Amino acid sequence: MAGAAHRDERAAHRRSALGRVRGLGSAKEGVQHWWMQRLTAIALVPLLVWFVASILAHIGADHANLQLWIGSPVVFALMLAMIGAGFWHMALGLQVVIEDYVRSEALKLGLIVFVQFAALALALAAATALLVIAFGG
Amino acid sequence: MAELTLPRNSRVRPGKTYAAPAGAKRVRPFKIYRWDPDGDGNPRLDTYEVDLDACGPMVLDALIKIKNETDATLTFRRSCREGVCGSCAMNIDGTNTLACTKYIDEVKGDVKIYPLPHMPVVKDLVPDLTRAYAQYALIEPWLKTETPAPGRERPQSPEERARLDGLWECILCFCCTTACPSYWWSGERYLGPAILLQAYRWLADSRDEHAGERLDALEDPFRLYRCHTIMNCTKTCPKGLNPARAIAEIKKLMVARR
Repeated sequence: MAGAAHRDERAAHRRSALGRVRGLGSAKEGVQHWWMQRLTAIALVPLLVWFVASILAHIGADHANLQLWIGSPVVFALMLAMIGAGFWHMALGLQVVIEDYVRSEALKLGLIVFVQFAALALALAAATALLVIAFGG
Repeated sequence: MAELTLPRNSRVRPGKTYAAPAGAKRVRPFKIYRWDPDGDGNPRLDTYEVDLDACGPMVLDALIKIKNETDATLTFRRSCREGVCGSCAMNIDGTNTLACTKYIDEVKGDVKIYPLPHMPVVKDLVPDLTRAYAQYALIEPWLKTETPAPGRERPQSPEERARLDGLWECILCFCCTTACPSYWWSGERYLGPAILLQAYRWLADSRDEHAGERLDALEDPFRLYRCHTIMNCTKTCPKGLNPARAIAEIKKLMVARR
């Protein structure tokens, strides 16, 4: 930071340094966010490996075969788990990126709300598409 | 917000060159960041040619020689000259370290010296550490107990004492904190690796009785969880400590107490 800019900033803030770093106190949360980010990440490792391997194994399969496969209970459940964990992980991760790089409080809040709704919408769309493919006939 | 370019009045311009004395055989250019709070000018990079045959082996030796013999206005902090006070922390050859324990020979070519990154500059190589010290005060770095003080030392087993190794050696030079991009972007709320290592030093102390309150004060998306394990802190620590591990231990304690 520029020394001169710092001088101007210091002149504008007469609050003590300790008062400023204490701010509004600790939010007393964050561990749940951190923990869910780890859990979804761990879940996604086998789910994504399974998903990519399965899709590769079905290259060239016809539509009816693929429908049969997706409609089988285990595959359907694993697909839903992947969609849930994936979009949840996306929302958690993007929130951290936004908090890191966006300084305006209003824009930050707006973007975080948008990301959470978007993640939910995308997860619902993916789950619906899965249902339609598997059981839509 | 991430600042990807320096403000206009912080851009570093080329400065003066001070030539080595005639007849010097082993000459090394030192390019040093200069900024004078009393002038209106931008920071500049002055070049001092130092005769290594007439200079001690450390970067701090060269800085003291320049200040004594060439340019008395060059401003920097130094005290112990043996890596225990943390005063001469600065960015040398692109890495935050202590000028007193960094050999000139370790640097290839020009020796480039800047103040610790992304802190306000008081003058030349002196950063303003006011906020970092306030953050140190925030974690209340002293033994806190409810048990009445015994009339003697508070006993600790050798194993309990060993848990403080790798923590007590921190000299608060802030090389790690000012190497952390997360601290650059969010330093007004994120405590940074040096302070979090100090916080863990008290959490790890078997004699302290306020671990819960300490964790309460740290549990915050910004104070603690801005650490994204970038690991610059551990890479740059001139004392060979591992602030990233200390932060990971705090995160583990947060989960353990749920």
